[in-house]
Amino acid sequence: MNPIHQPSGTSDPASWDMTGSLRLSRQLTTGRVLVELAEEGNDDLVVLTADLGGPTQVKVFGEQFPDRYFNFGIAERNMIGAAAGLATTGWKPVISNYSFFLALMGIENIRNDICYPNLPVRMVGTHSGIAMGFYGTSHHCNEDIGALRCLANLTLTAPCDGNAIESALRQTMDHEGPLYFRVGRGREATVYEEPPPWEIGGSNVLREGKDATVLAVGNLVKAGIDAHDLLAEEGIRLKVVDCYSIRPLDRRRILEEAKAHALLFTAEEHNVTGGFGTAVGDTLAEAGTGTRLVKIGMPDQYSILGPPTHLYRHYGLDGEGLAGNIRKHLNS
Amino acid sequence: MEKREVIDKDRDFLAEKAKMIRRETVRLADICGSGHYGSSFSIAELLVVLYYRLLHVRPSEPQWPDRDRFTMGKGHAAIALYPVLADLGFFPKSDLDSYTRLGSPLGDHPDMCKVKGTDFSSGSIGHNLSVSVGMALGLSLHRSPARVVCMMGDGEQTEGQVWEAAISAAHYELGNLVGIVDINKVGSDGQTREIMNTQPLADKWRSFGWHVIELRNGHDLDQVFSCLNEALNGEQRQPSVVLAETVAGKGVSFMEGTWEWHLGFLGPGDLEKAYSEIEKGIT
Repeated sequence: MNPIHQPSGTSDPASWDMTGSLRLSRQLTTGRVLVELAEEGNDDLVVLTADLGGPTQVKVFGEQFPDRYFNFGIAERNMIGAAAGLATTGWKPVISNYSFFLALMGIENIRNDICYPNLPVRMVGTHSGIAMGFYGTSHHCNEDIGALRCLANLTLTAPCDGNAIESALRQTMDHEGPLYFRVGRGREATVYEEPPPWEIGGSNVLREGKDATVLAVGNLVKAGIDAHDLLAEEGIRLKVVDCYSIRPLDRRRILEEAKAHALLFTAEEHNVTGGFGTAVGDTLAEAGTGTRLVKIGMPDQYSILGPPTHLYRHYGLDGEGLAGNIRKHLNS
Repeated sequence: MEKREVIDKDRDFLAEKAKMIRRETVRLADICGSGHYGSSFSIAELLVVLYYRLLHVRPSEPQWPDRDRFTMGKGHAAIALYPVLADLGFFPKSDLDSYTRLGSPLGDHPDMCKVKGTDFSSGSIGHNLSVSVGMALGLSLHRSPARVVCMMGDGEQTEGQVWEAAISAAHYELGNLVGIVDINKVGSDGQTREIMNTQPLADKWRSFGWHVIELRNGHDLDQVFSCLNEALNGEQRQPSVVLAETVAGKGVSFMEGTWEWHLGFLGPGDLEKAYSEIEKGIT
């Protein structure tokens, strides 16, 4: 730990507290972006959280706009309902919370209070996948894509870094239905040096390559780029696509890639059963492409414990793991 | 709570509207082949006093920003609400004839996207007080004079989310929020006190920071008005809850006080008996 904040009453640079810890989550730009949007004249933005304004980095909005910031305490379902109520009175609510409590505990409220009435509520689900590492299964979220993907009216996207979060929030400000943004814990490596192009139903090609294509979401986008570099050393040219729009998918792009390759790879920090890869599989099957699909992600079991980076290595969800998996399938 | 004008209607007018609710509930349940009679009859007087005396709404402008909001935690009693909304002119009375038929906007539970005058959808018990908290917060931020009224059931008081909402409403000092608990004492499995006892409700709500108003007879139009008027137009700064003692199935003798008529159907012979008792009015 390299402290950038010395906790009060301590002198050892190795000591750290919540404030110091949170400053490491640089990619969680939600709060900063929402403040900018509010300062730019979006007077209808209100922000809600359930005792997680600090860890999900929206506290700054509350400091700037205290009248439009609601911390509901640890009462996620009540918060989701209240967001719906606020939306009916002309406000544009943004919920920022840990994904496992927001999406998994809250799904029935998200469905009945937000999606069924088709209300313009934005939800930012942070620390998705296994980003919480040793905090354990209750704090992992490998099921949210599968659960949310079948909610009618919902748009589901996965910004993979802080600049992508900025684009995602900005480019959807006029969207009139519910939106869910699946993001990480904020300590991810930078993928985009500036806010990237972003549209609902879109995707971004980040690396070109003729031998194989990996369609990736979230943390696996950076892993895909790392795999591209590793495989390039062996002469394997891997195309990397950030498929940030999960519902709706960029169907045109997926079918183009299927046309170019007999074997497609998807990569996600989510249970491979029912996740992004399954959605791609549906698309391929419906179009009758006959493409073989390799779904890379979390196995259909609860994750073991460990520091996040160790877990990514263990499950083959880092650059090396992804490269190895792709190499193996291309050679088989 | 900002006071709003009280609409003057005499007791006979209101009693006739309560009869209309019961009559139409029976008629619509007949179209459907099933109906929540018990929990609709228990709220007839509450609905009448709210909609014909206290709530400020504009049927010609259903989305009027400063309208008072009404949400139904106990959405299964929507069959009692639809006739009121039609009578007020939110939609043609003839629309009622399509109740629950294929493609109808009018289902057993209300859909805000399909039924004009319905402020929120419901059906999943325990949600709507939270939604109402959000509405009250939003209206307060707009400095709107509008109030939000959420009708809950006594069985609904077992939902944990109700108490999450109660905590947050008191925390935010939502004086523009009113909860009503229809204490009709029955649920779908029997007497609420036997299924899961939630009493003493007054102590509970008071300890959660709400202004508690105990309505001894939720079918006495004068008492109903007095209590609801205090809740909507009183001086209190905190949220208010009206604990309304009612009788499930009120108005039809063989349904009164029974849990079995939470849901049911009246065959043609019994239908006439029910209509006849409803016309006599409640005692």
